[in-house]
Amino acid sequence: MSAAQSHASPAAARRSFDARVASALADPLLKTAIDRTTNNARTKRAAAIAAWPEFPAARELGRDIKDHVIAHLDHYLVQFEHNAQASGAQVHWARTGQEACDIVIAICRKAGARSVTRAKSMLGEEIGIPHALAAAGIERVETDLAEHIIQLAGDPPSHIVWPALHKTREQVKELFLQRHQDPGPLDSIEAMVASARRELRARFMAADVGISGANFLIADTGAVCTVTNEGNAELTTTPPRVHIVTAGIEKLVPSTVHAMALLRLLVRSATGAELTQYTTFHCGPKRPGDLDGPEEFHIVLVDAGRTRMLADGLAEMLRCIRCGACMNHCVVFRQIGGHAYGATYPGPMGAVLTPALAGLPQSRDLPRACTLNGQCKEVCPVAIPLPTLLRGWRDRIWRDGLEPPAVRWGFGVWRFLVLRPALYRLATGVAVRVMPIFARGGWIASMPLAGGWTRHRDLPRPASQTFMQQYRRRPRP
Amino acid sequence: MRPAIGFAAIALLEAAGCRVEVPLAQTCCGQPALNAGDHAGASRLAQRNIAMLEPFDVVVVPSGSCAATIRVHYPELFHDDPPWRARAEALGARTHELLSYLADVRGWRPERLALAATATYHDSCSGLRELGIQAQPRRLLAEVEGLSLLPLGDAESCCGFGGTFCVKYPAISNAIVAEKARNVAATGAQLLLGGDLGCLMNMAGKLHRNGAKVRAFHAAEILAGMGDGPAIGEQS
Repeated sequence: MSAAQSHASPAAARRSFDARVASALADPLLKTAIDRTTNNARTKRAAAIAAWPEFPAARELGRDIKDHVIAHLDHYLVQFEHNAQASGAQVHWARTGQEACDIVIAICRKAGARSVTRAKSMLGEEIGIPHALAAAGIERVETDLAEHIIQLAGDPPSHIVWPALHKTREQVKELFLQRHQDPGPLDSIEAMVASARRELRARFMAADVGISGANFLIADTGAVCTVTNEGNAELTTTPPRVHIVTAGIEKLVPSTVHAMALLRLLVRSATGAELTQYTTFHCGPKRPGDLDGPEEFHIVLVDAGRTRMLADGLAEMLRCIRCGACMNHCVVFRQIGGHAYGATYPGPMGAVLTPALAGLPQSRDLPRACTLNGQCKEVCPVAIPLPTLLRGWRDRIWRDGLEPPAVRWGFGVWRFLVLRPALYRLATGVAVRVMPIFARGGWIASMPLAGGWTRHRDLPRPASQTFMQQYRRRPRP
Repeated sequence: MRPAIGFAAIALLEAAGCRVEVPLAQTCCGQPALNAGDHAGASRLAQRNIAMLEPFDVVVVPSGSCAATIRVHYPELFHDDPPWRARAEALGARTHELLSYLADVRGWRPERLALAATATYHDSCSGLRELGIQAQPRRLLAEVEGLSLLPLGDAESCCGFGGTFCVKYPAISNAIVAEKARNVAATGAQLLLGGDLGCLMNMAGKLHRNGAKVRAFHAAEILAGMGDGPAIGEQS
């Protein structure tokens, strides 16, 4: 979230949310791109879960592992630090995103880095590593294929698993034709991938520092686990002299066995595959006799609001393993895409996280722009009660006076009536007499105070008497 | 809006052997306040409703989301108020959505009921995910002679109603219901059935705006033999 946004008033934030939504809904290619990826992901996930009868038990196990670690963060963080140091890694602690970026930039400067390769990391996006590198004058090369696409396009990511979800393959082809050195005809997806590969291969080998994230931090070995499908994380972390990991403290697991239990949930929920192509455990720098590997291995452990979430009743959100299933199944995300959320994390998990990370007044619309249909909770592989957490933000919005005045006023009138049954019956009786004035036949196409409804759909004309009026006059035996 | 659903519910409950009373003092379950974060408003209304409904053996509601509000969310409202929490839980345990009550608790089946039509069914999200209502309405509708149910594409997706969501974020709601209306129209069914009036009005209103000829009813109306009467938006 940019500084300009983070200081905006709730009303200004609402206008900018509405504007982003309007521009997303006006873009038919965006909807095509969203549907291609999310429909495919939903179909494959459903097949993977159907073929895995132990899923409910695995989900409970995953939830319990995360809850246990989150309840004992103090223990596992120290254990992880100890074991990582024993493997030769240097461990750094960052309270804020800014502190983490400062640590990363200091390591890069000390290494005399001019070029840095980066494997996809949502935490890196969250804390602003791309901006920090640019500000330090260090060249950044994104090596994940989708991140490469959005770096060329100058876009932020729009999904936590498929950052370039908002682009169709046809748009990517145009981009590569304009921006790649030697694209060739690009007449197939394979040709497009090959062109990106040619573009990136030399950059991998020329980088001074490689920066990655972490899917799991393994406390009893001090190892960092990453999953990818392209092998780019391995090429980002192995050839450069220095490897830096930035990871949120909630990524801890007690052991490799626990990481395996969560990997089964993560990959099936994200892509429907049983495993990613590459699952790598990075453990310390190059040892004497090793053929390759970095000379320095740094791990930056980042809080950036996570311990505050723990204190603010959002501990369940720290279970999140960033699979993206909640957004793939979200009817709102599937219409407006990721950029409309205006933050690093979109979809239901983003609507819970963003108010915690960026502040509620600026992100008030995210928990409100939700139908509470519950599908996100149903598909979450670690059973995060996302609708309950979104309701928690709505309670705060109401308590803090962040609900728009017109809505509060409307609720005031409604509350006055529903607590007074005789008056309520009178008011509903009047309403069903007034509404037919606006009807043509059985439908109302437009009516004062009902524009939110009738702009897009017709309103059925109500019966001429309310149920209560008819019920009281019903013939009795 | 549609008293026919209330009268259909009474007729079905009486057919299933219940003595039905409608307390005059009822207004709303409080779901709008609950979903808006107005905890105090929702709690006051919940206390009124709990006191009003406590004398009855069973509370039956012809809407999944209203039933889920009483069953699931009333107890949550009083998480730090043990006496009211106990009363909310006791009432919640006796509160049922109409179609699941008829099918699961009363074991009722429609008899000698015929309607020659094709229909598709929308599972409203609260009923589906908070109360587990999916098979029950289909089981009951399968007993109606001549009625064939056609599967709805992407059936488990929300219709975009979401209570006040549809007027707070009309553009997003419209995009969602437009997709739902396309899926409904693609079934080729003559009727759209469901168990929640809000979702039905949302989908029927969009279908009518689009010029589609699909007719929408609450499933209770069909089961009460009112399927030859006016659909939502038709005049008697």
